[in-house]
Amino acid sequence: MNKITTEILIIGGGAAGMSAALSVAENSDSGILVVDDNPKLGGQIWRSEIGAIRSPEAKKLIEKVETDEIEILNSAQVFAQANEKCLLAETRSGAVELHFEKLILATGARERFLPFPNWTLPNVFGAGGLQALVKGGLPVENKRIVVAGTGALLLAVAEYLKSKGGNVLLIAEQTPRAKFLKFAFGLWREPKKLFQALRLKRNISDVSYLTDSFVTSAEGNEKLEAVHLTRNGKTWRVDCDFLACGFHLLPNIELASIIGCKIINGRVLVDEFQETNRKGVFCAGEPTGIGGVEVSLVEGRIAGLAAIGRKEKAKELFAKKRRAQRFADSLNNTFSLRGELKDLPVEETIVCRCEDVSFGTLKSYTTFREAKLQARCGMGACQGRICGAATEFLFEWKDTSIRPPIFPVMLGNLAQEFKTTNESR
Amino acid sequence: MPTKNAKGREKKKITFLENITLTIDDKIVSVPNGSTVATAIFARDPKAFRRSVLGEPRFPFCGMGICFECRVSIDGIKHERSCQILAKAGMTIETDE
Repeated sequence: MNKITTEILIIGGGAAGMSAALSVAENSDSGILVVDDNPKLGGQIWRSEIGAIRSPEAKKLIEKVETDEIEILNSAQVFAQANEKCLLAETRSGAVELHFEKLILATGARERFLPFPNWTLPNVFGAGGLQALVKGGLPVENKRIVVAGTGALLLAVAEYLKSKGGNVLLIAEQTPRAKFLKFAFGLWREPKKLFQALRLKRNISDVSYLTDSFVTSAEGNEKLEAVHLTRNGKTWRVDCDFLACGFHLLPNIELASIIGCKIINGRVLVDEFQETNRKGVFCAGEPTGIGGVEVSLVEGRIAGLAAIGRKEKAKELFAKKRRAQRFADSLNNTFSLRGELKDLPVEETIVCRCEDVSFGTLKSYTTFREAKLQARCGMGACQGRICGAATEFLFEWKDTSIRPPIFPVMLGNLAQEFKTTNESR
Repeated sequence: MPTKNAKGREKKKITFLENITLTIDDKIVSVPNGSTVATAIFARDPKAFRRSVLGEPRFPFCGMGICFECRVSIDGIKHERSCQILAKAGMTIETDE
């Protein structure tokens, strides 16, 4: 098996991972390796886009990471731990051992998806999901698009799709109007965010932004043809080509979990220096709690500095972190989920998309484990990443049994891993 | 020296992308270089990327390699996530269509 040895291993090349890599590079001579599952750096928020120029902030950061003495391994998915100082990743040319002294986990977040009738129809996407696909080249010109779900991301997605020629019909935000207004008026404390919000508002001024509203079902024969919406007791139907629907974000904690980091309430537990309960293993950004890009950047810096023993310097960033965290808290509170969303699935609504397990089937079980063993819910390729969050919301189930490999791996690569771990015993 | 528009703002550079050609379900498809495999499949207006356990057609959903709905076979390797892999000239893709 291929081997790479480094001092500081960083998993994730998004905001937190790049920020951590730079703070290590600027303050030490340590060898740094950044491993990411995407073909290019930037993570989800700064996902690369063909033929387009990135935001100046992202561009500056990515260029710095690419020019500094930082090794980058792209399109590599970490799937297991070989031993306390070695992780295993799968690349398109086989498995690779990643040996390290200190580890920084910056595995980011994914979207939360909630099931509603016919959400498995082709052309129903996640909100960030559709944006990511368009960045990968999917044309949306003149497509009629409904953006729905919850979170500040919906506005950014709508603006982006519109800039690509998409015909964004409306944005359905499930949060109540009063909650949203409280959040919007609170923005004066955050001039940078306020400016961003005003720019957004200007760019999508012709798109209705409906609070208190959500998609109740999708409709279509072979592909999506329309969605049904509801708002304050009123329901209506909108013909559309695409639905972009996401319900805020969830931390990616699978890797942290299988290497023995403590997880509390779906978040990786860290101290003020971003160190987990495993000494020498740090975690920064979304896995420690959804905080957005500002929190990710500052946590990345703190983790990087702490990993090279520069704790005094890391302390200088605590105030900045607290400030960024305040904004993140108000975001999370504004976009908490309303209970009615639990009533959307009907008997035949698929909840586990990998194994086609319906809501009706799941209702008869009492735990995620039982649903797994009896109905294969969460046993498919995504390993419960989609249905785990859905069943947690619908039934308050917890998936407590994350096991390696945390992503499907080719058998040949698994066999290699088996050989290596046995040899080292 | 970057060119500027009337307002003095920097003009956005327009880049013309080279096209690459790949084979999807025995048909030749041409997409801009840098597109994902998913984009190339969409260009064919497919019925399905994969068929679910119950035979439903599925398309990409999460767009970021988490949900595995966009799985196709690439150069003979099954279950590859088409949304995460860049299309390369000469690739052979098979969907469940």
